[in-house]
Amino acid sequence: MGFPDRIERTVQVAHPPAKVWAALTTAEGLGSWFGNKATIDLRPGGSASMTWDHGLTAEMRVERVEEPTVFAFTWHIYGLPDDDPRRTYVEFTLEAVGEGTRLTVVESGFAQLPDDVYRKAYESNTDGWASELGELVDYLDAA
Amino acid sequence: MAGRANWVSWSTTSMLPEIEALAEQVFVALADPTRRSILAALASGGPATATDLAVQLPISRQAIAKHMALLADAGLVTAEAGERRRVRYRLRSAPMQVAQQFLAALARDWDGALDALQDHLDQRTERPVTTKFGDVGGGPGRKPA
Repeated sequence: MGFPDRIERTVQVAHPPAKVWAALTTAEGLGSWFGNKATIDLRPGGSASMTWDHGLTAEMRVERVEEPTVFAFTWHIYGLPDDDPRRTYVEFTLEAVGEGTRLTVVESGFAQLPDDVYRKAYESNTDGWASELGELVDYLDAA
Repeated sequence: MAGRANWVSWSTTSMLPEIEALAEQVFVALADPTRRSILAALASGGPATATDLAVQLPISRQAIAKHMALLADAGLVTAEAGERRRVRYRLRSAPMQVAQQFLAALARDWDGALDALQDHLDQRTERPVTTKFGDVGGGPGRKPA
């Protein structure tokens, strides 16, 4: 099978890094190409959000701001409960190439497995499992 | 049950092969229509005994017991004591969330997003967009004429 933990893409953009940087790090930019609306407090630890007209919202936490080369944030893993602590890390790297920019995006952390989640999930199931299964077998045999 | 010991040791590590195995068990469990119907019944109706499920679903109790063993092994259901020593099964969501992590990675459409970014940048070159954020209400390609 193969569990994808990391997604990486590189694209060549025919625009200088400063312009790409603005598209990635301003509310106006993010709210145009990515979400339908966006807010951003552009500093490490700052909050950012995007909303889509179909109702989804993404809350991000800005992690790295190194204009105009590195912009990174973390966000929630879509589909997990809202209070789940797991987040993926998204990092954009901009590199000037000629007149344009080589833009790389890496999103990682899809395969995280924090200890506490699994203790919570399976601990209660270990004690008494064998005896309960035994009861099940007895019950079904008797039926 | 032999598989149980592994589940416990997994709680102390966070390695890829283990999460992969866990996700795989979920997908194997979900690949069978009978097991999907059992899980759907537990999801919509709450904890139930094999007898309850045999009444609700077009499956014999023996067949249910066989599927329950697989579902329990995948950690998707847990057995608990019900009335009169009857084992009741309860759905557990933790393995589903692992499968959702897998699906989230597949569903993350960076190709689409980066195409949209390119379009956005190209658009701005030809005709600077002065519209303030929030006024547009649309993504790439939905700028007012």
